[in-house]
Amino acid sequence: MRQQSTDEFASLPRENNGQPPYLYPDYVATRLRAPKKPLIILPRTLSDTTGPAYGRDPIGDLDNDLTRQHKGDPLGERIIVTGRVLDGEGRPVRGSLIEIWQANAAGRYTHHLDRHPAPLDPNFSGAGRCLTDEEGRYRFVTVKPGAYPWKNHHNAWRPAHIHLSLFGEAFRSRLITQMYFPGDPLFDQDPIFQAVGDPKARQRMISSFDIETTEPEWALGYKFDIVLEGRDATPMENRR
Amino acid sequence: MTAEPGQLEPTPSQTVGPFFHDALLDEDRSELISPNHSEAIRIEGTVYDGAGEPVSDAMVEIWQANQAGRYNDPKDDREDLPLDPETFSGFGRSGTDAGGRFTFAIVKPGPVPGPDRRMQAPHVMVSVFARGLLKRVVTRIYFPDEEEANASDPVLSSIEDPELRKTLVAHSEGDALRFDIYLQGENQTAFFEL
Repeated sequence: MRQQSTDEFASLPRENNGQPPYLYPDYVATRLRAPKKPLIILPRTLSDTTGPAYGRDPIGDLDNDLTRQHKGDPLGERIIVTGRVLDGEGRPVRGSLIEIWQANAAGRYTHHLDRHPAPLDPNFSGAGRCLTDEEGRYRFVTVKPGAYPWKNHHNAWRPAHIHLSLFGEAFRSRLITQMYFPGDPLFDQDPIFQAVGDPKARQRMISSFDIETTEPEWALGYKFDIVLEGRDATPMENRR
Repeated sequence: MTAEPGQLEPTPSQTVGPFFHDALLDEDRSELISPNHSEAIRIEGTVYDGAGEPVSDAMVEIWQANQAGRYNDPKDDREDLPLDPETFSGFGRSGTDAGGRFTFAIVKPGPVPGPDRRMQAPHVMVSVFARGLLKRVVTRIYFPDEEEANASDPVLSSIEDPELRKTLVAHSEGDALRFDIYLQGENQTAFFEL
């Protein structure tokens, strides 16, 4: 999968701050979707240091439990995923919406475009959400998602992952990412994971098994802390 | 992994992928105001890839100030300006359809302060997420009937290439404003680094 030349992409926006580049040719879909003109530096103003509170639609009590959205229990390995959402200074991000979605234990999404010939689970839809608490903590109960094939290259398989969408406290802190599981044998051949060039930054996308979170006779626990782009005091020049 | 306190490096972005619809678009958030409101503006656009093909699996989000120019966020504490959190959140989200199209119903935001005590022209912040985008792209919608304010806007005027600058100004089309987003190519939209 690494045979194609990257010469024509020499003038790419460079990776920074452990973030992936837009263009990562091994991930084929980036080739026609990555912007190539230089980015414009946006000065900090209220337009991006503020952000949506998202308080409009109330969160239901069971929205963070993906194993209780149907009549029966979903198949698969029941897990608890928990952690804290922090800003770059280590301060908790409170009352912030997290939305998640994932494949079922067989590696199949409920989405109508997912054609992987693995079974759907009538007891699993794979979508949930919650708000962080006063310490920035969140908690989901779900099943461990399966790996699944995709057509990026010959015999391409995505490592097991859960998609997470976070707002944080400002437009600037908006993040959509994926949480992976420790020791996945598929990391080395996955261009979406490998697009994050810095190995330390890649580690920040991998949850850790946690025996403290694990509940006896019930579910394995994984911890995953998320760090959003730093919170900054509104610059004085933004005030009238 | 588990984060330690102190200076922390951010969690890397990853693509939204193709399968986000049930989780993120389960309810329609494209109307920030009733389309029947006398001052509602309909925004219509298409997201295109570098081959000029519509992107049918993108998600577009917007964030804007209210008509008075105030953001619905306690961090905008300019209390002399009215706030209407019950009726106007300032946030919107629209998927793209098979033709790559998205729509929003908005009101024109008021001007908001910018760098160096200069006011910014009315604008809407935009994020686009899609399969093939390892991180979102960020752009802005400016309004075609604000020529004077646009000419002195500190962000618009920081863009040297006039053609690139033009990509940020919507244009009138029928009773709507059209704002197409070109991810790549000759006509690429101007995108920001935050």
